[in-house]
Amino acid sequence: MARDTLMDFERALELFEPVMGFEVHVELNTATKMFSAAPNPANSANHDAAPNTLIAPVDLGLPGSLPVVNEEAIRSSISLGLALGCSIAPTSRFARKNYFYPDLGKNYQISQYDEPIAFEGRVEVELADGTIVEVPIERAHMEEDAGKLTHVGGATGRIQGAEYSLVDYNRAGVPLVEIVTKPILGAEGRAPEIARAYVQAIRDIVLALGISEGRMERGNLRCDANVSLRRRTAPGEPPAPLGTRTETKNVNSTRSVERAVRYEIQRQAAILEAGGTITQETRHWHEDTGTTSAGRPKSDADDYRYFPEPDLLPVAPAPELIESLRAELPEPPVARRRRLKADWGFTDLEFQDVVNGGILAEVEATIAAGATPAAARKWWTGEITRIANAREREAGGLVSPVDVAALQALVDAGTLTDKLARQVLEGVIAGEGGPQEVVDARGLAVVSDDGALIAAIDEALAAQPDVLEKIRDGKVQAAGAVIGAVMKAMRGQADAARVRELILERAAAS
Amino acid sequence: MSDVIRLTAAELAAALAAGEVSSVEATRAHLDRIAAVEPEIHAFLHVHDGAVEAAGAIDRRRASGEVLPPLAGVPLAIKDVLVTTDMPSTSGSRILEGYLSPFDATVVARARAAGLVPLGKTNMDEFAMGSSTEHSAYGPTHNPWALDRIPGGSGGGSAAAVAAFEAPLALGSDTGGSIRQPAHVTGTVGVKPTYGAVSRYGAIALASSLDQVGPVTRTVLDAGLLHDVIGGHDHDDSTSLAEEWPSFADAAREGARGEVLRGLRVGVIRELPDSGFQAGVSASFRAALAAMEAQGAEIVEVSAPHFEYGVAAYYLILPAEASSNLAKFDSVRFGMRVTPHVGSTVEDVMAATRDAGFGDEVKRRIILGTYALSAGYYDAYYGSAQKVRTLIQRDFDAAFAGVDVIATPSAPTTAFRLGEKLDDPLQMYLNDVTTIPANLAGVPGISIPSGLAEEDGLPVGIQFLAPARQDARLYRVGAALEALLVDEWGGPLLDRAPALGGVR
Repeated sequence: MARDTLMDFERALELFEPVMGFEVHVELNTATKMFSAAPNPANSANHDAAPNTLIAPVDLGLPGSLPVVNEEAIRSSISLGLALGCSIAPTSRFARKNYFYPDLGKNYQISQYDEPIAFEGRVEVELADGTIVEVPIERAHMEEDAGKLTHVGGATGRIQGAEYSLVDYNRAGVPLVEIVTKPILGAEGRAPEIARAYVQAIRDIVLALGISEGRMERGNLRCDANVSLRRRTAPGEPPAPLGTRTETKNVNSTRSVERAVRYEIQRQAAILEAGGTITQETRHWHEDTGTTSAGRPKSDADDYRYFPEPDLLPVAPAPELIESLRAELPEPPVARRRRLKADWGFTDLEFQDVVNGGILAEVEATIAAGATPAAARKWWTGEITRIANAREREAGGLVSPVDVAALQALVDAGTLTDKLARQVLEGVIAGEGGPQEVVDARGLAVVSDDGALIAAIDEALAAQPDVLEKIRDGKVQAAGAVIGAVMKAMRGQADAARVRELILERAAAS
Repeated sequence: MSDVIRLTAAELAAALAAGEVSSVEATRAHLDRIAAVEPEIHAFLHVHDGAVEAAGAIDRRRASGEVLPPLAGVPLAIKDVLVTTDMPSTSGSRILEGYLSPFDATVVARARAAGLVPLGKTNMDEFAMGSSTEHSAYGPTHNPWALDRIPGGSGGGSAAAVAAFEAPLALGSDTGGSIRQPAHVTGTVGVKPTYGAVSRYGAIALASSLDQVGPVTRTVLDAGLLHDVIGGHDHDDSTSLAEEWPSFADAAREGARGEVLRGLRVGVIRELPDSGFQAGVSASFRAALAAMEAQGAEIVEVSAPHFEYGVAAYYLILPAEASSNLAKFDSVRFGMRVTPHVGSTVEDVMAATRDAGFGDEVKRRIILGTYALSAGYYDAYYGSAQKVRTLIQRDFDAAFAGVDVIATPSAPTTAFRLGEKLDDPLQMYLNDVTTIPANLAGVPGISIPSGLAEEDGLPVGIQFLAPARQDARLYRVGAALEALLVDEWGGPLLDRAPALGGVR
């Protein structure tokens, strides 16, 4: 793959105005699928199911099968539409989007086309420095996810060149809401930052609503980023037309969204400045190299032969239902952040650390599970973020807030030292179970049995017989050597403060 | 008891309940009949090897004193468009040869629950596309009245099975006349219920907004009895109506007493001129109307100015929906698979499979439908067709403001010869001119025998249409006219059908 030429970002902005648009797919966490009674793999109860075990006839497109709309998915979609400031359509319709692909059991996707359930909204997005930007929403519509293809035997992992492909239809029929923005103009140099904040805002909203697990690394939230550049014109000249856009697919973290938008601005600017043209196409984001590569050419003439889905009636939610869902809406994320910052007593810097780390919801959930704000923040911005960065993962996906709170509780109870707790965290992240299970399995608990400690102290004193003397002479720091030896003997599983106490007691007694 | 096959379902049910015959005996008699006449008729694609066992189970339940539903123990033929767990379901297509469904169609499940005994799966035009069964991948069915003639379609197998006394009852599906037109040409009774009155779950979809499952029988009462079993709301079909339906068997019994004809306003459509119909068909239709008039019915001319666009609209909507419904037949998850060469891509395999698995008529309609839905053509074709559909619905609304039912000949001609229209799809399509409007508007229709055409001695049917949800009215009116005509003929029309397989 030839390397793209990139223009310096600042230079690109001098010459061009970036225009962005986003399509974010949200997998709803309903108990069952959009159109069948099969369990929904996007619900935590059904994670890690074996391939092709969460399927009903309609998910496979079996002859004679018919779709039935999941009412819970309708309610979730309305709530999401309302949270995006959208109007909810009194009646909306499902349509068939026809195209042949083996991950699509029916060879059409049931989606919404000209009559989406929610339209015309706006979402407030907060940047790292607290600036608030409003992103206009075009529509939010309901549809079903496709199955998952695994291409085996090719070099690229793509269908081209693969020896064979495996299909898992578990994901086929998972309820999706696709949120489409209007073109975002005027973002200028903050475009990448706005991109990240927008996706983070959508994530915050779906988590606050409780309608999705919102984990990007699991595909619960998927972002396609459209970027185009418009050449700047001199004052007085008419504005240049909008440029040709590319659509970068499946950018699987908020951080990657920011990087991908920046990359596309730099790449397109270089092409345009060299006199080239931008091809309207899908581009794939490569997390490892931080680059995009061309996918299939995409044109507005892609013909999906949409027509109203004759197997389903129009969706006509009762006005009372819409109003009751509106009344239950959680507070908007921006307002919520302001409140949480005050409640938790964090400094600006501490709070921005949490927000920018994309772990606000995790910190909040950890506090809700019993940890103090300070402890929750310490874990999430500290050790967990460190591990996430080292592994190039999202901190939010590594460990559950409930586990973090449980871990802190073990520290507070004296069962674990901070150092031991970090080892337990590693175990939890490695999938060895909850904190208590890891403690039990690895035998990591602090030895709180004084008898065992005294035996270890005796052994250490036998090796360093002059220590007690030194302590009695007032050289209390001499205890340090014995403490070190005891901790080593206990393989770190002792409370150093208690060991020190016991040594001092011994010195006083003898 | 060889006469058992000539009993109506109602009579057989009574004999079963009275212990005069067992279900095993009745089932064996029908299986024997099938064995005897199938070489001539070819109504069945599959005969159920578990039929006698299922009948035996019903007999044992009855013997143990259990009170069984009215049709328990009565054999049933099932159109191959309906999926079944214990018999292959091909919808008349090569692409589904041998396909076994993991679930039963709702109507099949309800029939089994009511104790009906599935005899087998009946022949049909491939994916229900046709009016003659000649488009079946497994060879045509022959009309029991004249073996060189078509039994109608797409449900020619079900109609022929019932007409040839191979089954007292059958299930059909009607997208543009596939129950009513075969009834017309075989001297049997066929009902297309109101759209949504009978579940479509498990009916292999042709055109989802037009398809409706219904009964195929020899009498109106039998149709009502079967409709009572299969009808009603089904959660698995979102377009199924949440309606409390009356008993259609009761409606038929009430109608047979004849009083319903007094003061009944019967609409005839001004825009369906006699000139488009075979003389014997028109004559039979007029005679039936006269018989009803003589009993106090009032014949009223109604206008349905948009009916003439029905066929055109239908042949846009149907292929459009079918092109999408048939996309699932791609070899990936089930059905036939053709791998054209080593290293074929999934796209190659899909294309080769569909090329080999679909017949010409299916391909023709997929191409038509794909075209009609294409960007830039959608409004002109699919969009316009939907507007015509609305106009036809309005025609019906206006007409039914003044009449109780509308009557038409069920089809323009009697059974044509096998092969006669095979090379002229347009002529074949026009055969559905009288049946299509009911599907476009979602209203119910019934076809019952009105007599034989003078020029060829072949059966003719009369169709009644009623407003949506007024299916019971059709059973009352149909049973009333049936009683009149059978009385006039001195016995059922089918008594005049020729002998088959050397046996009557």
